Amino acid sequence: MALAAFSTSNAPTSTDTSRKSSPVALFLLLPGILYLVLFFLTPLVSLLLTSFKAPTEFGDFGEFSYAFRWENYADVITTYWPHIIRSFGYALAATFFALIISYPLAYFIGVKARRWPLLQSLALVMVIAPFFISFLLRTLAWKQIFSDESFLVTSLKAMSVLAPDAHVTGTAFSVIFGLTYNFIPFMTLPLYTTLERLDVRYLEAGSDLYASPFHVFRKVTIPLSMPGIVAGTLLTFIPAAGDYINASREFLGGTGTQMIGNVIEANFLVLQNFPAGAALSILLMSVILVFVSFYVKKSGTEELL
Amino acid sequence: MKHSIGKWVLPAYSALALLILMIPIGYTFVYSFNDSLKSNIVWRSFTFDKWLNVCNVQNGAVCEAFGNSIFIAVVSTVAATTLGTMIAIAMVRYRFKFRSQLSLFLFLPMATPEVVLGAGLAAQFLSIGVPKDMTTIILAHTMFSISFVVVAVKARVATLDPALEEAGRDLYGSALQVFLRITFPLLLPGILAAALLSFALSFDDFIITNFNSGNVSTFPKYIWISAARGIPAEANVVASAVFILALVIVVTVQVSGAARAKRLAKIN
Repeated sequence: MALAAFSTSNAPTSTDTSRKSSPVALFLLLPGILYLVLFFLTPLVSLLLTSFKAPTEFGDFGEFSYAFRWENYADVITTYWPHIIRSFGYALAATFFALIISYPLAYFIGVKARRWPLLQSLALVMVIAPFFISFLLRTLAWKQIFSDESFLVTSLKAMSVLAPDAHVTGTAFSVIFGLTYNFIPFMTLPLYTTLERLDVRYLEAGSDLYASPFHVFRKVTIPLSMPGIVAGTLLTFIPAAGDYINASREFLGGTGTQMIGNVIEANFLVLQNFPAGAALSILLMSVILVFVSFYVKKSGTEELL
Repeated sequence: MKHSIGKWVLPAYSALALLILMIPIGYTFVYSFNDSLKSNIVWRSFTFDKWLNVCNVQNGAVCEAFGNSIFIAVVSTVAATTLGTMIAIAMVRYRFKFRSQLSLFLFLPMATPEVVLGAGLAAQFLSIGVPKDMTTIILAHTMFSISFVVVAVKARVATLDPALEEAGRDLYGSALQVFLRITFPLLLPGILAAALLSFALSFDDFIITNFNSGNVSTFPKYIWISAARGIPAEANVVASAVFILALVIVVTVQVSGAARAKRLAKIN
């Protein structure tokens, strides 16, 4: 089911039999596109306009009027640069770990488990199972498992793996752990869909030509699974960079682990400093768009879009 | 000798990875049976009470949040599946100007972090003076689900054999008849998968909801707010029940899909 969403890139397109443009196409497209223009595109424009707003003179707290106060951007960068750096650092780390952890798993499910369809479907259901339980509750479960009084942490302290006064929750480790855990299914599924189509005869050809297993992996397996790697890393990196659940103090984070999402949320919903929240959102979105287009060009997988 | 050990490394690793993925699910499920007091952190003793009296805690706050989440998910799924399916059919079946620009536009909501989508809508509702309530949540959820529906249904439309529809037209079926009796039934599995995905996205969404919900409580928002003062075991009950239901649906879909594949294999 959810897998369908990740498996389109290689689907055959029946363009040769497509009919000519007609009023029917317009009728089919118009409502959905109009909806997205109203509730996706104009909000982004609103966000851009809000990011330049200035406090209303003699206005109430949280009142702003349209202006071109570009200093808002300079202000949020000077105030929140550690959060901005941290967000992309954590997101990159989580993407890297998710890839390292997911690739062997996806390879096992997609290639090695082909002979046992039942095992394959069981493993796939287990990969998507975390989607069925609340994101917040599964993150909180890790918080309890990593809490100071938990079995895991007290045993690690007893074995002197952790210092007696060490904490696990509230650290960069636990935030990156949470992000990695929560986005592993997003990484594993696209990897699985490309590896599942991998023709093992190419690998055999590689070893017949006296390539070492490592060489076959680097020169054949990796390039052939590139669409999955690109899709998986994007599906992990983008939501991880904007996430504020894992890094929140009530969940896996602490005061020193706040990410850009946390400060956008605080500025919008608590401090009512809408221009600052909007400027941070525009910054986040721009960095991600630049990063994504650069990454997709570099990896040569434009047709994925 | 080395070879035979090497053969087991990957399966053992995969089993371990899958097991770790299951830990929070198991934890949530086990703690739904905890005879907890206000917060559900320390294990006290086993009880079925929380399952039997889910709606009694905090004047039914858990159940109210759950009911809101279901209502929002149903309405936004119907809207997003309808709009998204229409776009998907048009994208695969018709050629028109700006087609590639349109697919980029449809990709954008999926490439935008949720916090930006949420803040954008909040900024828009603020500037036009719309109060945040159930409607704004539904509008938001429909928006982010459409692109996922398009992707899921497009895959199905692309595998559809146009000859079947041509046959329908050759037999003097009207355009509407061909759509209702041939195209739609063939697309149905894809549409259902898209609807399930859209439902799941809406039901579990917190980030966009948090920006656009005002005082309305949803299940994820209830957990977020309760996290500070302790989450009652009843929340674990609701989450576990939803998990079991989702699992049953997925297993049924998988099994019936496998059975159909077997039947088709027999015919051929």
